Amino acid sequence: MTNAPDQGFLELKGVSKYFGSVIALSDITFAVKLGEVHCLLGDNGAGKSTLIKILSGVHGPTSGEIRVAGEPIVFTSPRHALDRGIATVFQDLATVPMMSITRNFFMGRESTIGQGLLRRLNWDYMNQTARAALAKMGIDIRDPRQVVGTLSGGERQCLAIARAVHFGAKILILDEPTSALGVHQASVVLRIIARARVRGLGVIFITHNVHHAFPVADRFTMLNRGRSLGTFAKSELTRDRVTELMAGGKELVDLEAELKLMETV
Amino acid sequence: MQDRPEAVETKPDERVRTISNWRFLLGRPELGAAGGVVLVFVFFLTFAGNSGMFSAKGMITFLDVSAQVGILAAAVTLLMIAGEFDLSIGSMIGFAGIVIAIPSIEWGWPLWLCILFAFATAALIGFINGFLTIRTGLPSFIVTLASMFILRGLSLALTRAITNRTLVSGVGDLAKHDPMAPLFKGYIFQGPFQWLGDHGLLQMRSDGTPLAPGVPISVVWWLALTAVGTWILVNTRFGNWIFSSGGDPVAARNVGVPVARVKIMLFMATAMAATLLATIQVLEAGSADTLRGQMKEFEAIIAAVIGGTLLTGGYGSAIGAALGALIFGTVQMGIFFTGVDTDWFKVFMGGMVLIAVLFNTYIRRKVTYSR
Repeated sequence: MTNAPDQGFLELKGVSKYFGSVIALSDITFAVKLGEVHCLLGDNGAGKSTLIKILSGVHGPTSGEIRVAGEPIVFTSPRHALDRGIATVFQDLATVPMMSITRNFFMGRESTIGQGLLRRLNWDYMNQTARAALAKMGIDIRDPRQVVGTLSGGERQCLAIARAVHFGAKILILDEPTSALGVHQASVVLRIIARARVRGLGVIFITHNVHHAFPVADRFTMLNRGRSLGTFAKSELTRDRVTELMAGGKELVDLEAELKLMETV
Repeated sequence: MQDRPEAVETKPDERVRTISNWRFLLGRPELGAAGGVVLVFVFFLTFAGNSGMFSAKGMITFLDVSAQVGILAAAVTLLMIAGEFDLSIGSMIGFAGIVIAIPSIEWGWPLWLCILFAFATAALIGFINGFLTIRTGLPSFIVTLASMFILRGLSLALTRAITNRTLVSGVGDLAKHDPMAPLFKGYIFQGPFQWLGDHGLLQMRSDGTPLAPGVPISVVWWLALTAVGTWILVNTRFGNWIFSSGGDPVAARNVGVPVARVKIMLFMATAMAATLLATIQVLEAGSADTLRGQMKEFEAIIAAVIGGTLLTGGYGSAIGAALGALIFGTVQMGIFFTGVDTDWFKVFMGGMVLIAVLFNTYIRRKVTYSR
């Protein structure tokens, strides 16, 4: 394994994805290091969802290469990606509302004690661990047995993130984690993202909201119509420049000008 | 397993006790059914208290009726929590009956082998139901509606082709000497019942045996399956997979829950529960009727729903289903004992289902979507 320190933990090299005649992604190359927040920005239809599905193991790429810790890999399922340390938190599909916090936290990775027919869930350990893991992320829950439906949208995202962190994720892929949330809830999630970075995780933060992206991100990769517009360090950019680079940025500027014109008439 | 045992330090949260106990209770799916059981018993104790319904014999009768529904409901609830329906179990009862009766009567197989053969057949049919549901992505409602007709038709056609009749009798004589038959036939605790009878505590027949000879074996199976179902749901990984498969199959699959395997295994469980009931019925009646088990699929669903299981999956309990079955059996026999025309039973049960669903929906919203 030749993994130079400045090389990314998760790398994409020339990844393309076609659905029939539709080119969803074309020649995407970027890398995420541990301990950085890498923001993927793009308007609807830019190819963000397809990229997430490739990174999380739902789809395989048509061409190109994915490397984890320098090693080429083809993910066969989300669970496979998860086992290699790549955890994806899907916007609406991360938690089950009718199940308790603990049941959700340990979903698919339940901890048991005992042998044979008496093998049973280790509820004490699971309840305590779920509560402690959330507390570590700054979320204070009353009772880990309460159902997730009683949590706010932001807390549910945090639960999914805390779960991924607890089970040893190296790279977190967050799909629009803040887009359905209010200002306060979004700031809770952004704080969790910052904490994950401090703990040495790499975060891929997918969003179309520049104001959410800018405070936490270290680098930006801009997607437009299935292509990458390049990767930029935060120091190279300003908020306005980011907005401009994103599709729609120019349109918003045009719209502003147009509206001004209407007022003067 | 990547669990890393960590030194976890948790103080009891001072807010836990004040709010969550009441809410925790409200959050239990069995709550409505438990209330229903109390209501039903108060009602019939008032209006049928002197009719013999609550004599030993009467109670054994309505417990037996409840058990017949409850055996199915225990498995059906688990499947419903996983988000699927099985409408074929009623037909499966008829089919399993002839799978036991025809080889034993017509081909001379030993009865125990026929019973094992029936369970193996049920496992296969359950597997096919589950496999088709998963593979086609069709609603299980449709897939098992098809197998409901296919199995009923097969039962009739095969039985008529082989025996020229639609009822195969003579199993009763075979059951007398079969080593496996006692598992599915008769009563337990006959000794204590005899003792109670001898001491004048139970009504006796003229031959000196008590009118209520013991606890029917069906009741034992009912309680055992309810206990197993509860253990699975509350205390096993598989239980957590059942809840997540029904609650959100995509989220479950994303974290590696084998959703397809869970559902297929539960389809096998419902078919085998139907076969268990069929075995009990065939050995008790001594014959297999191809028409047996009609409407049983709906009775089991009714018991599960009264027991707090959501039709949409992801939520429910085996104990709730047992209470639902108890309500079912108690009302069915209670209406008979009160002397009301038994035609009203189905009207009553239909009403119960509506109330139960409304109640469940209300409670669920109250518990899960408020802060």
